[in-house]
Amino acid sequence: MIQALNEALREEMRRDPTVVVMGEDVAVLGGIYRVTQGLLDEFGPNRVMDTPISEEGFVGAAIGMALMGFRPVVEIMYADFMACCMNQIVNFAAKMRYMTNGKLKVPIVIRAMMGHGRGHGGEHSQVPATWFLNVPGLKIITPSTPYDAKGLLKSAIRDDSPVLFFEPYVLYRVKGLVPEGEYTVEIGKADVKRRGDDVTVVAFSAMVPRALEAAERLSEEGISVEVVDPRTLRPLDKETILDSVRRTNRLVTVEYSPKTWGMGAEVSAMVAEEAIEYLDAPIVRVAAPDVPVPVSPPLMKMTVPTVESIVSAVKSVVGV
Amino acid sequence: MRWCRVEAGKLLRMYEKMLEIRRFEEAIADLYYKGLVPSSAHLYIGQEAVAVGVCQALREGDLVITTHRGHAHNIAMGVPMDKVAAEILGRAYGTCGGRGGSMRVSSPEHGVVYACPIVGSNIPIAAGMGWAIRMRGEDRVVACFFGDGAANIGAFHEGLNLASVWKSPVVYVCENNLYALSVRTARVTSVESIAERVAAYNIPGVVVDGNDVVAVYEEAVKAVERARRGGGPTLMECRTYRWLGHHAGDPGTAYRAREEVEEWKARCPIKRVRESLMDMGLSEDVERIEAEVSKRVEEAVEKALNSPYPSPETLMDYVY
Repeated sequence: MIQALNEALREEMRRDPTVVVMGEDVAVLGGIYRVTQGLLDEFGPNRVMDTPISEEGFVGAAIGMALMGFRPVVEIMYADFMACCMNQIVNFAAKMRYMTNGKLKVPIVIRAMMGHGRGHGGEHSQVPATWFLNVPGLKIITPSTPYDAKGLLKSAIRDDSPVLFFEPYVLYRVKGLVPEGEYTVEIGKADVKRRGDDVTVVAFSAMVPRALEAAERLSEEGISVEVVDPRTLRPLDKETILDSVRRTNRLVTVEYSPKTWGMGAEVSAMVAEEAIEYLDAPIVRVAAPDVPVPVSPPLMKMTVPTVESIVSAVKSVVGV
Repeated sequence: MRWCRVEAGKLLRMYEKMLEIRRFEEAIADLYYKGLVPSSAHLYIGQEAVAVGVCQALREGDLVITTHRGHAHNIAMGVPMDKVAAEILGRAYGTCGGRGGSMRVSSPEHGVVYACPIVGSNIPIAAGMGWAIRMRGEDRVVACFFGDGAANIGAFHEGLNLASVWKSPVVYVCENNLYALSVRTARVTSVESIAERVAAYNIPGVVVDGNDVVAVYEEAVKAVERARRGGGPTLMECRTYRWLGHHAGDPGTAYRAREEVEEWKARCPIKRVRESLMDMGLSEDVERIEAEVSKRVEEAVEKALNSPYPSPETLMDYVY
């Protein structure tokens, strides 16, 4: 996925001279996980900038650049640090277009790495997408494959709205097929990653591969699971999810953010509201427990849904 | 009596603009007390010399980013008063279709890019706008307005550091009216002067008599020149006073002594210019301006009051 993201940035920067990259350690170092590697050499220090540790400052500055016709792609090292620039994202980027009745546009992309899995715990391991999901005016993307990551990042950069792009650390080294030529993935379209008949599993971000693995195991037991990857959380592709539930009649959601008031909550409510007559079983949400993430490995492992927990959840709605 | 270092025509222009702001704000206060203003109105009465002195130093193509106390900057930049009034009243004819209201009056086509009601948030945004101007090799300047209260918020520090490092062509105007809502800024600020504080960011800072429009203008001209020739940002701390409370609904009496208010009223910035103009023998022009301004303000408010609200169908427009 790292290479896919790097390619997306490189291609868009070649295509459009107004695209600039900024963030902590992105230029000389090429990013702590090397996502921006080589960009400084190719595009120079005016387009690839190391910033001081000032999230509110440089995100605010990026908004100013966007207002002036640039397309900044800001990197937030650990997504948790978005708490430091929440004001600029939520109070300004998300609202400037609406509050000016369409006179302004803020074509900013904020890429943030969700660090769960690296082992740092606490404020380096959250799934901060959930903090922003309730904010109109933002587009929020959570890719789970290199193909989706590259295609969606390219689309995000071309999009005139502020986009939050969440990259899961645990999938950074995942490999996947990416086309040679030019392509993009449409924002706002979910992807059925695996077709099935018995249960719809809507999985988010790093949980998509786990849901797929669970689906594979369940198929050996004769249970056919459809895995839907929303890819874009806001705006959510409701129709793909609803279409799936109308066929399978069962829903399980899987996220690695805490369950209470999380991603599964919205999907569950939406399906219950719009397709309850299609449900043959209660909806089950698989999620992290409501705790901050500790460092100690045995405890840390308990804060991410396992493949087994997804298998269990599916079995419970199938009635096995 | 004082002799001015600007020529008569310019001084008359300044007087006219200051008087427009004064009469306009008085009219808005009146509408507020009649219950016609949704939200509130943070009025600029007493501070007119700052907005006018700075904006008169700008030229076509220069930009302004202001705050919740921003009607004056819009008027100073030539935004028609009927559009400002309509915005405050929440009407479709307003600068932002009535969506922004009093705290977010802006008009990009007149150079007023936005009004940020979270104090200090515009400081890093302006740094980014300035960066964009430099990148394009343009010689435009950004004037960024905020109050003394904002000098303590994180965005002030982060934003100024960036503006300094990037040599952003920004004139930062701190309108020091001594109070952050009810709190006397001196009680909660570690330095006596905000201008002295910015030496820490390697930015020149100057204290100005904010009630002397010519003094404000002269310092602004210097700051604008410095910015235009690539010398980076300047901070002008304009010491002034708001005659009314924090907003129209706040009498201000709970935290300010009447004697202090009276003392500052005696230093009325408009009265000072009027005296100078009279001494220059321009009483006819003065009286003509006074009559015209009163009429213009009355007509603007009348037009705004009679203009329609936005239609409900428009609620969802421009979320993206």
